[in-house]
Amino acid sequence: MFMTIHRRTLIVGMAFATVLPLAASIEAQAMEDKLIIVTSYPPDTTTTVKKAFEAKHPGIKVEMLKKKTTAGIKYLQETAGNNTSDMFWASAPDAFEVLKGDDLLQKYQVKVTGIPEKVGAFPINDPDGYYKGFAASGYGIMWNNRYLKAKKLPVPKTWADLAKPVYHGHVGMSAPSRSGTTHLTVETLLQGEGWAKGWTKWKQIAGNFKTVTERSFGVPDGVNSGQFGLGIVIDFFGLSSKASGFPVDFLYPPITTLVPANIAIVKSAPHPDAAAAFIEFLLSPAGQEVLLDPKIRRLPVNPATYAKAPEGFPNPFKDKSIGSAVKFDLQLSKNRYNVINSLFDVMITYRLDDLRAATKAIQRAEAKLAGKSNGAAQKLIDEARGLVNKVPISAVHASEKDFNKIFKKKRKKATTKVTGRQAEVEQKWDSEVKANYAKAKELADKAASML
Amino acid sequence: MNIFARGQWGPATVALFLGLFLFVFLIVPVGKVIYVAFQDPNSGELTLINFIDFFNTSLFRESFINSFYVASMSVVLASVFALPLAYFTTRFNFGGAVLIQTLGIIPLIMPPFVGAVAMLLLFGENGSVNLILGEWFDINIPFMEGLNGVILVESIHYFPFILINLSAALNNIDRAMEESAQNLGSSGMRLFRRIVFPLAMPGYVAGASLVFLKVFDDLGTPLLLNINNMLAPQAYLRITSIGISDPMGYVISVILVAFSLLALWTSFLAIRGKDYATVQKGGGGLMKRGLRPMEKVGCYAVVIFILLLVLSPHLGLAILSFGTVWSYSVLPDAFTLDHYSYVFSTSSQFITNTLLYAGLAATIDVVFGTAIAYVVWRTKLAGRKWLDFIAMGAVAVPGVVIGIGYLRTFFDYNVPIIDKPLASWWVIIVIALAIRRLPYALRACVAALQQVSIILEEAAENLGASKRRTVSRIVVPLMSGGIVAGFVTSFATASVELSATIMLVSTESDAPLAFGIYEFMQSAAGRGPGAALGIIAVLIVGIATYLSHRFIERKETERAPDVAATAGV
Repeated sequence: MFMTIHRRTLIVGMAFATVLPLAASIEAQAMEDKLIIVTSYPPDTTTTVKKAFEAKHPGIKVEMLKKKTTAGIKYLQETAGNNTSDMFWASAPDAFEVLKGDDLLQKYQVKVTGIPEKVGAFPINDPDGYYKGFAASGYGIMWNNRYLKAKKLPVPKTWADLAKPVYHGHVGMSAPSRSGTTHLTVETLLQGEGWAKGWTKWKQIAGNFKTVTERSFGVPDGVNSGQFGLGIVIDFFGLSSKASGFPVDFLYPPITTLVPANIAIVKSAPHPDAAAAFIEFLLSPAGQEVLLDPKIRRLPVNPATYAKAPEGFPNPFKDKSIGSAVKFDLQLSKNRYNVINSLFDVMITYRLDDLRAATKAIQRAEAKLAGKSNGAAQKLIDEARGLVNKVPISAVHASEKDFNKIFKKKRKKATTKVTGRQAEVEQKWDSEVKANYAKAKELADKAASML
Repeated sequence: MNIFARGQWGPATVALFLGLFLFVFLIVPVGKVIYVAFQDPNSGELTLINFIDFFNTSLFRESFINSFYVASMSVVLASVFALPLAYFTTRFNFGGAVLIQTLGIIPLIMPPFVGAVAMLLLFGENGSVNLILGEWFDINIPFMEGLNGVILVESIHYFPFILINLSAALNNIDRAMEESAQNLGSSGMRLFRRIVFPLAMPGYVAGASLVFLKVFDDLGTPLLLNINNMLAPQAYLRITSIGISDPMGYVISVILVAFSLLALWTSFLAIRGKDYATVQKGGGGLMKRGLRPMEKVGCYAVVIFILLLVLSPHLGLAILSFGTVWSYSVLPDAFTLDHYSYVFSTSSQFITNTLLYAGLAATIDVVFGTAIAYVVWRTKLAGRKWLDFIAMGAVAVPGVVIGIGYLRTFFDYNVPIIDKPLASWWVIIVIALAIRRLPYALRACVAALQQVSIILEEAAENLGASKRRTVSRIVVPLMSGGIVAGFVTSFATASVELSATIMLVSTESDAPLAFGIYEFMQSAAGRGPGAALGIIAVLIVGIATYLSHRFIERKETERAPDVAATAGV
């Protein structure tokens, strides 16, 4: 008896197994039934959006292929010859720029209306029409309340606060070469403050770093578990950590940057109609509203959606203090993109120990000097600061076309001739930077010994 | 020696097949990627200028020294963990020896991301241990800072390589050797130092060289501790940065491979010219002695201390998987089962995929490992050593290089019938895992074969057995301990591999566990479920390991029933 039932279910099951794919392929002729999206977003975001989209388009089954942004780019590059992905969906605009440069994206004209040109000072869409912004995110500071309480640290209000000696060894951030959004934060400060002053500020903050994390999520992860107390993070990391119950908080400092999060159709996508439907959905009022979900927490790009936002939800279209203090020059950023990454890594990521030691020495000397007047010591400290803040190249040099070619991924043509190699340039910078940090520490120690 | 003339073509066919497999799935894809290292970045011509740049760059020289230092110190510390565990459990009548052996392999299964999070929560500057120390004694011990942190984590993580291989070797030693020494008046440390340890040398060297190589090439640990000034992280950071494609990443990969082969060759030289084979196989390893009560207490204390230390990451992981919010505190705020129910309801296909992939890959590995070991050590085929070297080279190739290489090589090739690119078919993940874990199985098989005396094979052949029959009835059964050790190592490490699979997973339904953990660990809310999935991975591998240890033990009991009988008394 049991056996027969068992066998019957088996046969029925097998019959289904053979019929189902057939039914699916019949449907495929009517409307595309599948959509494959390469994305760097966490499950919280992807499942929520996927559910909403599939409810609207019941015929289409969305498959989310999760890869971190860098791996996603490599994946699309390597599989381009025999492409099976429909869309690329990630935060960092520069990732889309790379794909666009490799001719891997498809232009698309959006039908939905009501999306403005800019959010904050940042253009929402790619001017060439290859990728679209669907949400915005801003950078800010998140902190662990228990950590700050235990170490008796005040809550910072501005970027400059993070440079204060009290935060030495308590701050974490990702590197611009590892995370496109971090890159934009670094670039925004450089554009807002100017080349020399901008780098000075970064070095002062970086001198207080506990660590430079390899993944951008490493920062909220470190703050959540209390490995370090404060992190420079993108808003939804801070907000969603708080929503998950961690004793953390987040704020936007006055100079922040708003960065659109983007989506694009991959060139020769197998399901272009379904892909188009996904973009239209994401930008439609219904799709924009999904972004307000506490687990996602992204800023919609449709100003009308904010009417439905919960109390206290930041609105960059009303609150002009968010993301509009700096007029972001996209072209300038693009021109020196790789040089900034490399400079940051050489001066900060790879020489963090040296930079920290020099900063600590200076902070100690300054603390000793406080309230006293000692011209010679002051002079030594100033000299030490000058050495730490020194940048190996000028702003003009950094955006020179020929110089940037050294760091370019691909030579466009085999005949393109470039002089100099990245390794060579970096070695030169590195020896200079390392010597400067060592000298600065020596000077600061000398100043301290005089006091 | 003309026994080799007969049936030489059989091994030759096998060798040819193995060579072809390695050529297609290792040399070609890796070659396609690291070719960049030999290209002038500006003109595209072939050149060695990138290597000159490497040695001219102080950052890379420092990285090289750091990597070498960390790898060497990790071997030392790993030996300190492994020696007592291996020796006590094989040499004495020790209650729970199988359990200890099984627990001893668990550290190898450190799921990506969650393992490091757990370690930091326990031993980090603001981890549980330091919070307690700070409260009671007002001190803070930097366990996890800088290179020392890397050494601690790496040696905890990889010491099972030594434990497994050394235990297998100790079990294979002819007891007559030890008895002779004892009859001649040797005992205690002297017996261990002069007789037992030297006879187990192939196993120890196999394990130690794996530890050295793995630590030297390991990427995950330094990255998670945010240590950049080592070779593997430098290669990785340079290969995967957005937009930049610095040839130095590939140059470092070439140097990693070359240096690993050099280290391997050195370990090979170290045991060359010595004969470790013992003829008598009936004894099933060293004679097991009883322990005096005080000795027993001492041994258990040492064993328990070591186990506590090496299992602490998993203890942390378990707490994390049951905890709600764990932030800057000794223990989580509260405990819950929610993470497990969430994982079971959403992620069961990760578990079945992992069992399938890691099981297949480990099977391929032991079959190929045994075959290569046999070809290299028992035949006189020209170029046979190269099989060994090439297969071992895989240990040094960063996973991301294999992943990119496979995409580059196999994406344009459509598999017939299913009509999909080979690079996006799940089988490619199995092959990638098999290639990446082949070195582990190979070292275990080689060590096992070295301890089988060739006289036994000659005897079988003189009695008229064919080559094939000799291999299947004499050689393989005698190697079974080593083969199982190889299977376990390959399976355990394949089931938590991420760096190559993350490039190769092309649909979510094909994704293995490690990929699932990675996904969870991208969001604040995913930490608990990620840890739960990690614990499940550990349990799966732990059970598999326990079963295979039982298997070895049963085999040994079958071979030496009288020993078991006396031991039982």
